[in-house]
Amino acid sequence: MIVLVTGASGFLGRAVAAELVAAGHEVRTLQRRPSGVDGVTDFLGSINDPEHVSRAVAGAEGVVHLAAKVSLAGDPGAFHTVNVEGTRTALDAAEAAGVSRFVQVSSPSVAHAGTALAGVGAEPASPENARGDYARTKAEAELLALARDSDAMRVIAIRPHIVWGPGDTQLIGRVVDRARSGRLPLLNGGTALIDTTYVDNAASGIAAALHRADTAHGKAYVLTNGEPRPVGDMLAAICLAAGVRPPRWSIPAALGRTAGSAIEKVWAVRPGADEPPMTRFLAEQLSTAHWFDQRDIREALDWVPAVSIDEGLRRLAAHYSEIDALG
Amino acid sequence: MVTAPAATPPLDLPGLDPRFSHIIAVPGSGADAGLTHDWHYLDTGAELARLGVPVIGTILAVHGNPTWSYYWRDLLNQSLAAAEAGAPAWRIIAVDQLDMGFSERTGIHRPLAQRVSDLSAFTDTLDLTGPVISLGHDWGGVLSLGWAVDHPAQLTGVMLLNTAVHHEAGKPIPAPLRLARARGMLASSTVRTPAFLETTLALTTDPLDAAVKDAYRAPYRTADRRGGIGGFVADIPADASHESFPELERIAAGVAALDLPTLMLWGPRDPIFSDYYLDDLIERLPHANVHRFEGAGHMLAEDAPYAASVLTWLGDNSASLSDPGSSALSPREAFAAAAGSVVSDSEEAGIHAADSAATDTDASASASASESNDSVADDASFVPLWHNLDARRDHTATAVIDMSTRGSRGPQQVSWKQLADRVSQLAAGLTSIGVRKGQRVSLLIPPGPTLTAVVYACFRIGAVVVVADAGLGVKGLTRAVRGSWPDFVIGEAPGLAAARTLGWPGVRISAARLPKISAVALGVSYSLRDLITLGADTPLPAPPRGDDDAAILFTSGSTGPAKGVVYRHRQLSAVRDVLARHFEVTADTGLVTGFAPFALLGPALGTRSVTPEMDVSSPRTLTARAVAAAVEASGASMVFLSPAAILNVVATAGDLTADDRSELARVHTFLSTGAPISGDMLTSVGELMPNATPHSPYGMTECLLVTDITLEGIRAAAGDANTGVCVGKPIGDNLVRISALDSDGAATGTPSTEPGVLGEIIISAPHLKDHYDRLWLTDRAAVHGTEIATDAAAADAAENTDATDAGDATNVAAGSPARWHRTGDVGHLDELGRLWVEGRLPHVIVSATGPIAPVGTEQDIEGVTAVRRAAVVGVGPHGVRQAVAVVETIPTAKRPGLASPELTAAVRESTSLPLVAVLVVPQLPTDIRHNSKIDRSRLSEWAERLLAGGKPTAP
Repeated sequence: MIVLVTGASGFLGRAVAAELVAAGHEVRTLQRRPSGVDGVTDFLGSINDPEHVSRAVAGAEGVVHLAAKVSLAGDPGAFHTVNVEGTRTALDAAEAAGVSRFVQVSSPSVAHAGTALAGVGAEPASPENARGDYARTKAEAELLALARDSDAMRVIAIRPHIVWGPGDTQLIGRVVDRARSGRLPLLNGGTALIDTTYVDNAASGIAAALHRADTAHGKAYVLTNGEPRPVGDMLAAICLAAGVRPPRWSIPAALGRTAGSAIEKVWAVRPGADEPPMTRFLAEQLSTAHWFDQRDIREALDWVPAVSIDEGLRRLAAHYSEIDALG
Repeated sequence: MVTAPAATPPLDLPGLDPRFSHIIAVPGSGADAGLTHDWHYLDTGAELARLGVPVIGTILAVHGNPTWSYYWRDLLNQSLAAAEAGAPAWRIIAVDQLDMGFSERTGIHRPLAQRVSDLSAFTDTLDLTGPVISLGHDWGGVLSLGWAVDHPAQLTGVMLLNTAVHHEAGKPIPAPLRLARARGMLASSTVRTPAFLETTLALTTDPLDAAVKDAYRAPYRTADRRGGIGGFVADIPADASHESFPELERIAAGVAALDLPTLMLWGPRDPIFSDYYLDDLIERLPHANVHRFEGAGHMLAEDAPYAASVLTWLGDNSASLSDPGSSALSPREAFAAAAGSVVSDSEEAGIHAADSAATDTDASASASASESNDSVADDASFVPLWHNLDARRDHTATAVIDMSTRGSRGPQQVSWKQLADRVSQLAAGLTSIGVRKGQRVSLLIPPGPTLTAVVYACFRIGAVVVVADAGLGVKGLTRAVRGSWPDFVIGEAPGLAAARTLGWPGVRISAARLPKISAVALGVSYSLRDLITLGADTPLPAPPRGDDDAAILFTSGSTGPAKGVVYRHRQLSAVRDVLARHFEVTADTGLVTGFAPFALLGPALGTRSVTPEMDVSSPRTLTARAVAAAVEASGASMVFLSPAAILNVVATAGDLTADDRSELARVHTFLSTGAPISGDMLTSVGELMPNATPHSPYGMTECLLVTDITLEGIRAAAGDANTGVCVGKPIGDNLVRISALDSDGAATGTPSTEPGVLGEIIISAPHLKDHYDRLWLTDRAAVHGTEIATDAAAADAAENTDATDAGDATNVAAGSPARWHRTGDVGHLDELGRLWVEGRLPHVIVSATGPIAPVGTEQDIEGVTAVRRAAVVGVGPHGVRQAVAVVETIPTAKRPGLASPELTAAVRESTSLPLVAVLVVPQLPTDIRHNSKIDRSRLSEWAERLLAGGKPTAP
């Protein structure tokens, strides 16, 4: 089928586009910069420009909507414009073009009020309770998308949780950079159990959602590797794969949250090129459990992750040793 | 007093369906003659009629003071829901008594007799027909029993929650009531202020929901509406001069004649209706099904799942409750006969008697049943526990040696004659002070010759010994002693001091003679020495029969509150016999044991027993040299030790001299008992006793010997692909079955011997316990679904011809259905019929891919060099739980937390089970008794908190 992937220049977007090409689909992409994915047709443009979107979606059967502003801090208005209005534009254009399958790529943070989550399913998105601008706007976007689910256009929301892998600058890059400069503490000993998703699994799961949208539509699914790990274990494993010393110091979680909150405020009035070393959101993410029941999604999508955490780490280590060899 | 009409409750009370509310005008009787009063009551009758289902019978529920019919809302709701779901329908009628709840405020004085008559007038007016089962709580219990006694034609059963029908003259009534009744206090605590009401509502174990509390308060908002509460408290007949005393006595006497199915559900944490009153009711209604909900209190309906229990009981007894003539035996007859029906091994006992006679001296107890002058004619297969003691009553050879470190007298030696004489003297002494068959005697004496003599004396006169060891801790011990409500307590000073301080029941008897002042301080009535004097001219009563209760042993409490396990004499004798047969114990064997249950069996086995030098309350104090000295002193060839003792014996092996080693070389049988032990540890101890066959039997308080495996067997199993601890094959006539776990982790499978199936281990043995004490629901669960096992055994036997199953065939074909027990352990049987234990049922991790038993993985992990001991527990919600390893490391970790990346990797590599986390702790939490049973439930809750991001505290 003809599929439009928005936001294909991002880490996950590239992987999804490549996965769909490999599955034999005719893949188009829409984003500001070239996607860099072999075998796709790039449509350069803005997700907020109805004309750009309509052009890209014309004739497509499926849409995978990934375009979003992803950040731990930034201008609240920008989050709304890209995440909420961008989704609305994409939905409008898709409906108008007669698209029959629409995959909204969302985030588990849309239903995360900051408390520990252990083995839960995909709770309804809640903009009122979401923590931070990113989560709030993504929650609004998901509600918007699922409200458009119809017989004509089947909408399904997939919430991959903490996607990582070789080439990721968002998470892995930051973790490694911070560990390298000694700015990566553990909170409460790093024991909070978290789910993560190796990038290939996120891509194959999203592709499965596109394929299964005819039956598994109208609701949101959290997607993970199904192998939760203590955050300290995961950070250490990533550091070891990257050849960096793992974090060795721990601070109480409450202190981390308070500090994060304070630092966030300072950064807000003093925007710089770098990111705040700690935000309240990050402190919560690093100190409370969030892992999920994967039975529903695996059954609904008839899908299982192909790459284990351990295999993912081996690939990450191989990737870093290549970089080291080149460097 | 003020009058006010009846009303219906507010419509929004939590859990109360307004459809159940009715008001009825009832013509009065007695003081009310000529008057008519309006009653408010709850009734599911109309809803059942609407459903069109036939009603089996009516439950007449009577609330206590100061509650109202709201107390029974769960039963109303659940019974209707069950009927809607197609279950047999029971109609529930819950009244508000006059002056209480939403019934009329009559302004008329209502003593007990009036209230009993009121209730009759109510049911007359309602024109209640068909079978009725009474149900009452608190003083409502008394009233419901009053109604019960007065309506024999309609009554088919009785149910009671925390109540009382009798108060011993001269015994003060419970303190909280004394206070409430005190002059000047009565009106202010019960009527003018809501103090009595509020106190009652605060008695729940967990605080009541605010809305529920408000619902209880709803009919009692003002002093005018609380007159009935004060009236009730004033009507408690504290002594014989009270106007309601004769009516209470009439009801109490009537109750003792009731011969109907009876259920008593009890919350032991009740400051008023304590176990004292439960014990009294059990004496009146010995056939009752009794369940004490440990941790629950006076407001049982709020603390425990009483409604489900009531419906279960009604279902179990529906035939006799709906048609009392339907069963051949009345409940009292059936209760008396139940003892008799336990006789199941008479033929086998005969066979084994013949076997042992051929191989053995007179030590093999079962051989000489017919020769015993104690045996009762129609009880021929039963050889009493004291048989060998009697047979040797003229022998001057040593029977018991105590080398333990208590006291400074050095080793104590007691001959057979001395022991037999002492047992007879104590038996006579106990009889002389009024200890009777069936009465309970709690023993707080450490193991040693005194304990041995007292135990056999109790056995001889049919007194039931209650044995709860210090391993339960003070809290557990108090719970155990109060729960079993002994009539007598025999102890040493520390135990008696605890009994006094903690208010344990029972007449206190001191093991040692105490100075008068101490005796008074401890509330001690007699010493054992006094008993001997007092009993000098007292003839011994007839001995108990095989089916009389003999002992209540408490479980270790490592898996929930300790449970009292009741053994009858026949079953204890069977323990002796299985031990004698399986391990070939003869008069010449001699036992060295620091493990109390087996130390006590020496005299029963007719062989010398010796307790080595150690602190018997702490097995870890036993050294290798002390074992050698005990062997030397006794010439014993059999040694029993617990794993904790073995650990230290092995650790101190370096101190053994050449002479010590040659003594140990005489041992031919070595048993590790009480908890599982590793093959390595058994090997180490085996090396100290080179001529001994080391055994590690598997058993539990409920069945001390289930299977057995030798060191050789353990080695043979070591390379096996099976997971878990191999505990060998069933001993003697024992049967082992597996009830497979379903995907939800419940043991729902039909009990079978199919190999490789993970499930709950189900056992049958002649020496299996009889029942749990005052735990009807636990008892029921322990045998639930096991009746199929007997059929399955017959089917197996028909299909198979191998030795094990041929044994089954005999057992089943003999027409004596086996008694089964669900052990709560999980594991599987292998192709060779060996049992592999893989953990406890509550510790099974129900993951998204199905149930996981922990032990196999724990063994894998314990193969990692840096790991001393491992536990595998689950975190997350039931059904999607994830497995976590918690390990003790070498060297010991300083604080709990995540394992290092290296250890984490090594642990993950050691096993095929996916582990989401590897945590280290300085020490895993274990039980006190064995120091080896890991408290995985507690550990799981701890891991849950930690892995949710909580602060790393110790588990």
